[in-house]
Amino acid sequence: MFMLEKAIAGSRRYWLWICGLALVIGIGLACYLHQLQNGLVITGLSRDVTWGLYIAQFTFLVGVAASAVMVVLPYYLHNFKAFARMTIFGEFLAISAVIMCMCFIFVDMGQPTRVLNVLLYPTPHSLMFWDMISLGGYLLLNAVIALVTLRAEREAVAPPRWIKPVIVLSIPWAVSIHTVTAFLYSGLPGRPLWLSAILAPRFLASAFASGPALLILLSLLTSKLTRFSPGREAIQKLAVIVTYAMVISVFFVLMEFFTAFYSGIPEHTESLRYMFVGLDGHARLAPWMWLSMILAALSLVLLLIPRYRHNEKWLALACAMVFLSLWIDKGIGLIVAGFVPSPLGAVTEYTPTLPESLISLAIWAAGSLILTVLYKVALSVREEPSLSPAPISKAEVLA
Amino acid sequence: MTLSRKAFLRVTGLSFLAVAARKAAGAITGKRWAMAIDVAKCLKQDNCTKCIAACNAAHNVPSIPDRSHEVRWIWKDSFEHALQSQVDEYSPLRAAPVMVLCNHCENPPCVRVCPTQATWKRDDGIVDMDWHRCIGCRYCMAACPYGSRSFNWMDPRPYIHDPDPAFPTRTKGVVEKCTFCPERLAVGRPPACVEACPEKALVFGNLSDPQSPIRELLAARRHVRRKPELGTGPDIFYMV
Repeated sequence: MFMLEKAIAGSRRYWLWICGLALVIGIGLACYLHQLQNGLVITGLSRDVTWGLYIAQFTFLVGVAASAVMVVLPYYLHNFKAFARMTIFGEFLAISAVIMCMCFIFVDMGQPTRVLNVLLYPTPHSLMFWDMISLGGYLLLNAVIALVTLRAEREAVAPPRWIKPVIVLSIPWAVSIHTVTAFLYSGLPGRPLWLSAILAPRFLASAFASGPALLILLSLLTSKLTRFSPGREAIQKLAVIVTYAMVISVFFVLMEFFTAFYSGIPEHTESLRYMFVGLDGHARLAPWMWLSMILAALSLVLLLIPRYRHNEKWLALACAMVFLSLWIDKGIGLIVAGFVPSPLGAVTEYTPTLPESLISLAIWAAGSLILTVLYKVALSVREEPSLSPAPISKAEVLA
Repeated sequence: MTLSRKAFLRVTGLSFLAVAARKAAGAITGKRWAMAIDVAKCLKQDNCTKCIAACNAAHNVPSIPDRSHEVRWIWKDSFEHALQSQVDEYSPLRAAPVMVLCNHCENPPCVRVCPTQATWKRDDGIVDMDWHRCIGCRYCMAACPYGSRSFNWMDPRPYIHDPDPAFPTRTKGVVEKCTFCPERLAVGRPPACVEACPEKALVFGNLSDPQSPIRELLAARRHVRRKPELGTGPDIFYMV
């Protein structure tokens, strides 16, 4: 019933890719066993910088997951037909991103065997409790929506009517997952870098840039590797969404700078100074942050000029730059710099260790594997000859 | 089991009465433990670490040589680091060492964020911990504005040289911190650090009792707290 049989018939190239991912996962798994044995001492974390690569990846990927709403919303609420063939890919991307998020939380735990304590002692005053509910719920919503609509597409029938409220619910839910994730940080009294009301809006803006940018790259890749293409109009529309979101994201970041540096309050400037110029001679993050800034600026040039945005080669480059820039910003900088300086004024640097990086890479590989399998299923359904000549649009039943 | 309406009301009423009675009793015998640190007295003996040693021995705190993975319950930091907003470049105490530990906040952020209630505020003001429930997510460490919490990055047992069987050792992957020694308070003894101080620079007492020595000290002497502007209500007072 899950149509998974379609994932076990593929070309040689497909199987090579799957095996490559499995190898990376295997290496990461071995490193994780090492971590399980010896504790988180094998990471670069310390008593001053207590969260690092794992939690930063989690934060970044929540954004990628939330971004599915950027294809679901125009299609279902505004009946934007060009996204008809795109929504399923957005939902599948969300599913794999949420699973990666959960894996990153899990590997960050000091006592992973006690994970069920979170359910055993539900604690509504902890934001982590709400993050668990919103992430779990979002995974379930997207899994149900994707499965039901894809089955309907395979049978060339209209999806059942009950799915419409579920789809509509998934839209605010997507916003909630990244808002709650921002609240994890922005409600802490002792971390001035995060203690900012704009953190949640900023998270959403960067999510709606990085996620659709990834979706464009995946679409271009899919149309290169298979006979399926989501269509030029859909890609161009997504490019406009990426452009707007990136402009807003950069704008929000600049606002943080203004408030911190014009007010001149030391606690609010120190972390930002650490990120970009270094503090007490420690500047390990600075090259990364400048690279992120430069990539953001260059990508905006390419995205804002229609001539480049309309050219798929330039667009692909711009999307790659958007993705990398925001990955550095959220997947490295923001989380680590929140711990510098420490509450006692110490400047401690953090560098992920090799095993820590390999574990992270393995989770990315696991996410890619899930994504590959899901995309394979969706593409196989669409390539089936039995498909009716005029596929019934999902929007028709919902209209 | 069937319960008549009358019996249900009777049981409910009695339960409410019992809860109210407990609250009332709590209000009378209510305690709020706190500590006042006399900075000048503490500085009398150079390089004294007796309170730290007593605490570490009483609680099986490991001595991990690698500073970045250290576990600390009570330790020394400079006055300007511990009390940043109260110090300027002309303060004589600026570079002086001062004892820092968990502030047992009135409104503790660590308790607010813990997803499993592995850390909580007791009725007597102590912020306590259950090391068997902690999942090691370290959210409390991100939330604590004082850096008072430590994580066991590795198995601490090889680093405990003379373990005290009367107190539990911890495992890798859990957070720990100063607990104000509830196991000693229960038998009428003050916390280990307070008892060990040769200058009696650490004064422990009940803030709810206006006649307690700590209240008299706080009424008579100028004192500061760490980052009171954050609204956490720290219960460690520094007399300067």
